[in-house]
Amino acid sequence: MSSRADSPALAGLRARIAQLEGGGAGARGALPFGIPRLDRRLPGGGLALGCLHEIAGGGAGADDGAAATCFAAGIAARTRGRVLWCVARPDLFAPGLEQAGLPPDRLIHVKAGDHRAVLACMEEALRHGALGAVVAETPRLPMAVSRRLHLAAKEGGTLGLALRRWRQGAEGAQDFGQPTAAMTRWRVSALPSAPLPVPGVGRARWRVELLRVRAGEGFEMELEACDGTGHLGLPADVADGSAAAEDWRRGAAG
Amino acid sequence: MWPTDRLRRKTGDGAPPAETPLVLAGRDRSRRVVTAANAAAQALGLHPGIEIGRAQALVPGLRVEPADPGADAASLERLALWMLQRIAPIVAVDPPDGIVIDATGAAHLHGGEPALAQALVARLRLSGVTARVAIADSWGAAHALARHVADPVLVAAPGTAAARVAGLPLEALRLPPAVPAALRDLGFARIGDLASQPRAPLTRRFGPQLCRRLDQALARAPEPIEPLRPPEMVEARRSFAEPIAAAETIARHITLLVQSLCATLGERGLGARRLDLLCHRIDNRILCTRVGLARPLRDPARLARLLCDRIETIDPGLGIETMALAATLAEPLAPQQAASDLAGVAEPDLSGLIDTLANRVGAGAIYRLAPVASDVPERSVRRIPALAADTGAGWPGHWPRPARLLPRPEPIETMALLPDHPPRWISWRGVRHSVRRADGPERVFGEWWKRDAELAAVRDYFRIEDDSGARFWIFRAGDGEDAATGSHRWFMHGVFG
Repeated sequence: MSSRADSPALAGLRARIAQLEGGGAGARGALPFGIPRLDRRLPGGGLALGCLHEIAGGGAGADDGAAATCFAAGIAARTRGRVLWCVARPDLFAPGLEQAGLPPDRLIHVKAGDHRAVLACMEEALRHGALGAVVAETPRLPMAVSRRLHLAAKEGGTLGLALRRWRQGAEGAQDFGQPTAAMTRWRVSALPSAPLPVPGVGRARWRVELLRVRAGEGFEMELEACDGTGHLGLPADVADGSAAAEDWRRGAAG
Repeated sequence: MWPTDRLRRKTGDGAPPAETPLVLAGRDRSRRVVTAANAAAQALGLHPGIEIGRAQALVPGLRVEPADPGADAASLERLALWMLQRIAPIVAVDPPDGIVIDATGAAHLHGGEPALAQALVARLRLSGVTARVAIADSWGAAHALARHVADPVLVAAPGTAAARVAGLPLEALRLPPAVPAALRDLGFARIGDLASQPRAPLTRRFGPQLCRRLDQALARAPEPIEPLRPPEMVEARRSFAEPIAAAETIARHITLLVQSLCATLGERGLGARRLDLLCHRIDNRILCTRVGLARPLRDPARLARLLCDRIETIDPGLGIETMALAATLAEPLAPQQAASDLAGVAEPDLSGLIDTLANRVGAGAIYRLAPVASDVPERSVRRIPALAADTGAGWPGHWPRPARLLPRPEPIETMALLPDHPPRWISWRGVRHSVRRADGPERVFGEWWKRDAELAAVRDYFRIEDDSGARFWIFRAGDGEDAATGSHRWFMHGVFG
């Protein structure tokens, strides 16, 4: 895989495509998740900076989008600079976001009247360029708007995260299937937490699905929720490292 | 009651209690008469116009103070200035005891017209001023309704003011006192009686003033409000030989206005915190656009951009003949060193973005959150301005907190063992979740120093996870044993990621 990617012909083609798409996307670099298994499968080795990305909650979590919220907060926490979060209904709980890695001093909230105003604020903030990331909660994201947002993100070099939330039964679910100009589209749903030897709720786990990515393939992965610094974790029963460690231990015992 | 309220405010702590009847004495030709009476005096039947000697005979122990109309007017103007800076761009004094505000385009910043009126009355009451507020279609109607109907607040829906004014006595028309008396002799008692009369005889007998006031009160004739402009306010003004209407032309003139305003601000070492752009239309209406800034600023390009963002809200109608730009609120702004130290990376300046967004969504809708030392989740955050200094503080992190908190806890149905077991299942918004894992209880005690009702109140919070992995934050009101601590009902309060 890596040898193919390094071939000069392919690199040339990639550069030309990037130029056709408006250019500059590659130059901004990418924000790695810090999980090699995940980063390897993303073009550029991480979440492309200076681009628009879409995140939604899965299943019953589409309305509150709590898992998607923490996922977005974790990504925003790992950028540099302040983060602007635009909402239409203010139900974010700042202590919870702090536990996902985003301290209150870095987070500026904007409460706009409706989702159109939310997206207008997001565009303004993306274009300004002094922020680390801009998150906007919206049920709909029409193609034309997403293209504007993507261009604004490129212009300002800011990471844009569109957090899609819709009420149960609303047409948001169909709208989420429509194409947009976003670089990636993620769906994050809550999974039963890591089992503990005692009664209680362990570290939260998510099913993270990459539904769509430009110049790449989607995938699905089970991950542990953000820690206090916004980093995701790989569950111990999945990770290579611990499986290898298991093997080694077994070998040492046997 | 403005003169008596002003006197009590001026006297401060030494003022007599509000229950003491108090009147102000002034001269009406050779007689000493009551010019103002406070609420207590009015309740005893004293009203402006009766002689002081008679008033003292009627009410023993009456306090009489000399009236000072000049100081009343000056103080009223200061109050109007305060409203200009805080409430709306077009404010004028309506002597002797009124202030007229054009709330068009400003009411939504205060949460709508009823909220604006209520807040204004409450704020003035705190300062010891009894006020009555009416919001209506025209100055004349609002004047009449505030003085004769409002108790203490009245908001007349658009188009209904004329019908409400018709039932009011003739004194509500802002006429010299002799005119209503003469009209009453002719058999007219209410404003509505006059409205259907032929105009010519009325005008011949009472002059043009009567019909003009009548039309103004019934919102048939326009009455522009000449806004209060104190001499120290920085203002730039442009009048046009030909009325302008095109957006590009307006934008060009805004740029020119901003440049001349910034030059004046620079001379005085000031920066604008609030700008009011007034566009006088040729049909005698004034359109106002208000722009607020998070920090004092006198950068022409940024100020012009903020104002030009709002051009779409200006309806030029048949054309604008005068534009005036005033820095309603200005604060000292010293020149600052732009270069930062060599080593550190300069903190990017967000004030421009904050201003742009604040003017789009309202200054209260852009904020940061800061911790409050309270275990009650709803009270553990407070809003601070977006550009406030970093607090550096966070919340204690030893208990997980949800990413989303419901605006109000929602009652849920559960089946749980008392006193300290998590529920077996819960039913929230019609969906049943069986509880697979749970953490808790985390006990939160009521804050008795805030409200008496919380003296014994207790909430037991549980973090639960259902079969599909959804994690919720629920609590039980009460400790599960003692009914005094709460109702023992269960509530959903948040959702974890």
